[in-house]
Amino acid sequence: MWKTILRRFLIMIPELIILSMLVFLLAKAMPGDPFLGSINPKSSPQQIHHLMQANGLYDPWYQQYWNWVVHLFHGDLGMSYEYKEPVVGLIQQRGLNTLWLALFTMIMTYMIALPLGVYAGKHEGKWQDNLVRVYTYVTMAIPFFVVLVLGIWIFGYLFNLFPTAGSISPTATGFGTVISRLTHIILPGLLGALFGTVNIVQYLRSEVIDAKHSAYVKTAKSKGIPMKDIYRHHIFRNSLLPIAAFSGYSITGLLAGSIFTEMVFSYPGMGLLFLNAVNYRDYTVITALVLLYGFLNLLGTLISDVVLAVIDPRIRVE
Amino acid sequence: MASSFDSQSQISAAELDRLTKEAEQEATPSSAKIMWHQFKRDRAALISLIAIVGFIVFVVVGSWFVDTGKAMNVDIMAYNSPPFSDYLLGADSSGRSIAQQLIVGSRNSICIALGLTAISSTFGVVYGLVSGFFGGLVDLTMQRLYDFMMIIPMLMTIIVIVTIIPQYNAITLTLILSLFYWMGTSRLIRSRTLAESQKDYVTASKTAGSSNLKIMFREILPNISSLIIVDTTLSFAENIGVETGLSFLGFGLPNGTPSLGTLIANATDPENITQYWWTWLFAAVEIILLCLAISYVGQVIRRTLNASQQID
Repeated sequence: MWKTILRRFLIMIPELIILSMLVFLLAKAMPGDPFLGSINPKSSPQQIHHLMQANGLYDPWYQQYWNWVVHLFHGDLGMSYEYKEPVVGLIQQRGLNTLWLALFTMIMTYMIALPLGVYAGKHEGKWQDNLVRVYTYVTMAIPFFVVLVLGIWIFGYLFNLFPTAGSISPTATGFGTVISRLTHIILPGLLGALFGTVNIVQYLRSEVIDAKHSAYVKTAKSKGIPMKDIYRHHIFRNSLLPIAAFSGYSITGLLAGSIFTEMVFSYPGMGLLFLNAVNYRDYTVITALVLLYGFLNLLGTLISDVVLAVIDPRIRVE
Repeated sequence: MASSFDSQSQISAAELDRLTKEAEQEATPSSAKIMWHQFKRDRAALISLIAIVGFIVFVVVGSWFVDTGKAMNVDIMAYNSPPFSDYLLGADSSGRSIAQQLIVGSRNSICIALGLTAISSTFGVVYGLVSGFFGGLVDLTMQRLYDFMMIIPMLMTIIVIVTIIPQYNAITLTLILSLFYWMGTSRLIRSRTLAESQKDYVTASKTAGSSNLKIMFREILPNISSLIIVDTTLSFAENIGVETGLSFLGFGLPNGTPSLGTLIANATDPENITQYWWTWLFAAVEIILLCLAISYVGQVIRRTLNASQQID
């Protein structure tokens, strides 16, 4: 087991290096330079030339890449041209908003998906199962951003049930801030959860169906344990572990979804920060966010892989 | 050769004909045949299929009659005019006909989705076949690349590439997207190829001295063809969401080129979403219906696949 985990960690290192190189190259390919904000019409070409030289922009690319990585390890991601503040602080503020939304979405996803998956598996082939299948088919087929637009239209504007922009009401104080925060994430979080359950439901359903015909369930049944308890204590518990391990993989989907969600709901998180940064050509922010999202994806898959290797011996054999 | 065989065998030509016919009847029906039977049985699937094809033909033919340049001209007099007035489906805040934008936009979005599906599925299938068939070091290297592609923040990278690329149009957009959407297919095909490579017919063909290329593309490929059809149909539905989603964010088709996504993006304006619903709702409903119909056809084909597996 330790060998598998160690190997998984070692694989991560080259992936991280290639990812950082890719991000660096993308940043280099973007038009403009880091002095965009500090140059005014009075700056002479000599001055700019001097600035470029002082900051090592004439160095060969590997030298520049190395400098960039060194800065990265010191937590220095540069300054945002648009917001005129360090990128790290900016991401910390916005990241927290995205984190709350993602956490809420994830919890709701599991709360919807787990009962549905078990329910469908329990009633395999009956109308209940078909109903769940129709639900997964619909949620899988419809593009997520259309769902968001329709959701904010119906529940935000027509019925006026939820706020349609922001992450917190500016007038909220004390405990009210928590409530306000929550009302802002309920609608986007619920939509994300309702339309993000497909994988868990389908996996859990087939797990339950497999378990139903397994020997340990037959044993439990012949001991006279009621079916309800068998589901709760045996089948559900056995299927839960791999499902929990998948949560790392779902980070990728949550992060990608955050861009659409935050745009539609004008929710000031990292996704919206990224879109604004692209529109204003705020390169330091773009680079930092692409790198961060890539790193989070990497971390998510790493966690899932390691957990799966621990709980499922078949994966370790390789 | 054939005549000498005839003269030597004791079976007459008529007899041979009859036997061949009998054998054909007893043989497992081909996937295409089973698929056709399923579609005949399932009315909804048949209607969906006809509706999809009919709709695609309609927007492609219809878009010939729409002058895109003229349709995208600003007409201040028609500012947000409601449906069934001067314009059949109303006009947007620049006075451009929604109906015309819908037709041209649908054609653009569908064509890009088709192109994207064709390129990314072909690449994914070949990638999966090679990786699964050769195994060993080849497989290991190719799977490392796959792993790496999976951790790249796809949407962000696509947006960045779209903003830095010069001379950017529908074709470059399709190519950029194709770079990132082959992974799902390749994984699926790889695992099926791995299983298929263990089977006797592959070993037999290897022993008989067939080339690797022949085994992969003439022998394994036909055997997993129904899987590929299902996967391609489902990716097509998904890919409609990919381009329209990007256009919705403002990084898809360039300005002045209508897309279903840019039409829905009208809804990001609070005034549009509440008062001028016709500027975006038609496009939203169209995407939903289109994606549901395509996925439904995909599901029916998948059911067929499962049925044909049960037979053998």
